[in-house]
Amino acid sequence: MSPHLRKTLVVAGHGMVGHRFVQAAVERGLTETYDLVVVGDEPRVAYDRVALTSFFEVGADELSFLPTGAYDDPRVRLVTGTEVEGFDTETRTVLLSGGEVIGYDELVLATGAAPFVPPIPGHDLDGCFVYRTIEDLEAIRDAAQTATVGAVIGGGLLGLEAANALAQLGLETHVVEMAPRLMAVQVDDAGGATLARHIEQLGLTVHTGAATERVLGEERVTGLALKDGDLVSADIVVFSAGIRPCDSLARDAGLDLAERGGVLVDERCRTSDEHVWAIGECAAPGGRMYGLVAPGYAMAEVVVDALLGGPGSFTGADMSTKLKLMGVDVASFGDAFAATEGALELVFSDAVAGVYKKLVVSADGKQLLGGILVGDASAYGVLRPMVASGIELPDNPEELILPAGRGSGDEIGLPAEAVVCSCNNVTKAEIVTAAADGTTTRAGTTCGSCKAQTKKIIEDYFVSQGKVVDTSLCEHFALTRQELFDVVAVHGYTRFDDIVEAHGTGRGCDVCKPVIASILATQLNGHVLAGDQRTLQDTNDAYLANIQRNGTYSVMPRIAGGEITPEKLIVIGEVAQEFDLYTKITGGQRIDLLGARMEQLPAIWRRLVDAGFESGHAYGKSLRTVKSCVGSTWCRYGVQDSTGLAIELEHRYRGLRSPHKIKAGVSGCARECAEARSKDFGVIATEKGWNLYVAGNGGSSPVHARLLAGDLDRETLIRYIDRFLMYYVRTADRLQRTAPWVDSLDGGLDRVREVVVDDALGLGSELEAAMAKHVDTYFDEWKATLDDPEKLARFVSFVNAPDTPDPNITFTTERGQVQPADSEGPVSLGSTIPVGAPR
Amino acid sequence: MTWGVPVCRLDQIDVEGGVVALVDGAAVAIFRTHDGNVYAMSNYDPCSSASVLARGIVGTRGDIPFVASPMHKQAFDLRTGQCLDDAAVRVPTYDVRVTDGVVRVGGPRQESP
Repeated sequence: MSPHLRKTLVVAGHGMVGHRFVQAAVERGLTETYDLVVVGDEPRVAYDRVALTSFFEVGADELSFLPTGAYDDPRVRLVTGTEVEGFDTETRTVLLSGGEVIGYDELVLATGAAPFVPPIPGHDLDGCFVYRTIEDLEAIRDAAQTATVGAVIGGGLLGLEAANALAQLGLETHVVEMAPRLMAVQVDDAGGATLARHIEQLGLTVHTGAATERVLGEERVTGLALKDGDLVSADIVVFSAGIRPCDSLARDAGLDLAERGGVLVDERCRTSDEHVWAIGECAAPGGRMYGLVAPGYAMAEVVVDALLGGPGSFTGADMSTKLKLMGVDVASFGDAFAATEGALELVFSDAVAGVYKKLVVSADGKQLLGGILVGDASAYGVLRPMVASGIELPDNPEELILPAGRGSGDEIGLPAEAVVCSCNNVTKAEIVTAAADGTTTRAGTTCGSCKAQTKKIIEDYFVSQGKVVDTSLCEHFALTRQELFDVVAVHGYTRFDDIVEAHGTGRGCDVCKPVIASILATQLNGHVLAGDQRTLQDTNDAYLANIQRNGTYSVMPRIAGGEITPEKLIVIGEVAQEFDLYTKITGGQRIDLLGARMEQLPAIWRRLVDAGFESGHAYGKSLRTVKSCVGSTWCRYGVQDSTGLAIELEHRYRGLRSPHKIKAGVSGCARECAEARSKDFGVIATEKGWNLYVAGNGGSSPVHARLLAGDLDRETLIRYIDRFLMYYVRTADRLQRTAPWVDSLDGGLDRVREVVVDDALGLGSELEAAMAKHVDTYFDEWKATLDDPEKLARFVSFVNAPDTPDPNITFTTERGQVQPADSEGPVSLGSTIPVGAPR
Repeated sequence: MTWGVPVCRLDQIDVEGGVVALVDGAAVAIFRTHDGNVYAMSNYDPCSSASVLARGIVGTRGDIPFVASPMHKQAFDLRTGQCLDDAAVRVPTYDVRVTDGVVRVGGPRQESP
């Protein structure tokens, strides 16, 4: 698509929901058509606000969603510390606080909410704070250095988080709640009382049914006056009396708002203007705002879906909550207050242990409708999905909430459609599928409450598959590919016989033999058809060509970087004509010649090699191509010579045998015409050098490559690729592409960065030396085969009739070229055909 | 008249490799295993409808010597032609002998009961 046809999408707000929106937009391909501009008013990029209280322990970096400060996708521009001052739906522009005006095709409001500060006298005195951002926490921390008592106005979920923060800072802490109990939205009176007892045991003072009349003090806070006449002295007051949607931008622009605040949106999260959308806490789908992160995430997905033309809609959210407050489990889910007609309550209460559990069940006792858990929420992972899925309760439902040992509920099989992670809407079936495929889901990555349940489901799956953790290659080797690689290196083996005798059983198979062939090829870099290696090779490597469905082969000469002279093009055409081969341009910028009979291969290679071609290793688990655009040599947008680099890289890594095929790409600018980010390693030019992306895959599980290092000079770039590839070749599993390999490493991409960029293992020079050896000892396999009569002798149709073509291979013609005819069974030649005697 | 059709010398077959011979007009795959045995079966892989079995990898599954089709990796017992991955599939086998270093192929074997 031409650059000027790209559209612009502006996201106002870079909180958790704005960030999720960008993630989803990138993952689902919205950035293929839209450039994203994300404007956040906080000085830092999106961070985990749900875990805000842990800021004092772990610091801001640990909470950040984007430790590098930017998105990998170059089509996302992130502007922080900048407010959206307003927008105009007529001209479709937004005005930023710096004065910049940005035109948009679509605008997504993700401005979140702000703490509500009740307008009581004294609310703006020094020492009054709110609790929403990292900056708020920093200010509270600074003030706490000279304070001894703190009071939190509001005993809801956030208020208790704030109280916890004050207690952590060493302050004597009061919680002042207007309602008759703590966490009035989530728990009932008995649950609230249990929670209050826990909190008071920790040394905090809880005031319930206590309205604050005024904040006392002249300039600085000195305390609170409550309506019943009580006084609470305090140096710090934190307001946590609820939140209000940040909807003023929408109001100023003339969009419809909900009665109780929030930008009114429909089920697609579209506002009253068709090009403006609202998600998260600023939005009010159907007039109601949602102050939790999970519904906001769901709204973000819905808008991405809508912009892609999908059918997604937001029709309400699971408001279930589970959290640990000051070490106390609290959970609330479904119809926690038994509002359903005829609903029954089952209660377990242990005042001594401080545990309160309530189940709300349907009138017939068969369905779980909701519940409250305080002090022990371990059953939450089982119970909440039971509500969502409607699974029938067991005969003795009280077993579900009795103390562990009498039935913790772990044995209750969840149905496949049960939503295990409500933050990311991941079902049990999706977790099982991911476990089976070796991929991942987002389950447990937001609030973490379902982590244990998710782990259990995965473990159960593997147990059900009968594999605990069996990493044996096959029945002949109880070793992983990596272990085998090391064994071969340490002992210096060169023959399969020695390896299987010393470390295996039997005589090998189609799994272990090609693995050992690949390992020997990597370590020895000899000819893959030399000695006893030949019988280890899969048929493609054994014949240095790709077998096709009728037993013929395709021939693919190297066309490094996709660059080819007219003279060479003509030779390819002549060869195809002469041998009557079907020709096709491949996705890797080369030309495939198909339909060659095995005995024709040497003659075809002869013609190609004489014209200056060499093997393209299309048949090998090895480097395939380094795709490139024309780069700065021709392109008016290019900033570096991408073709030249691609050719250099393809020549450097050609022939490197690896656990799976390796594809690469080099793009001359951020427009990325070479699709480098879909490759195992991809290089994208910048004004200052090259960005190196790794572990992208196309195929059945497409994965975008991720940035490993940026703005590299040529020498450093090549050093990093050397290390990356050798690290992969040495440690990946059989047939494991780079993307799943990186995911399988403990630490993932960060681990790769440690090894490749930081050289944390001190392996760098060893990996580079191994690659240097590969480069120095490279030779063309086709030419070496042509030069060796013994290897050539195998390229015959019949050992006793080398001049008779296999009658099983026949062709038809379609669109002017040959194609395989379907076989209807083995074809026999008449017995009159002369058959040669053995020589 | 000596037994069968001479097709090649034994040393023309790699250990754990295969060759194809034309015997009475039919493509016959001949394999040589590590223990010195020689086996012959039709070269035609019924699973992929292609004449390719001689190009497969030879190994063992338990005690069974087998070849894996180079097309889709189905395993065939070299002794009986039985597909080890699909009980309904079987490839015809041939009698084969080695005399004086020459491999000779006889007729197709009768279906064993």
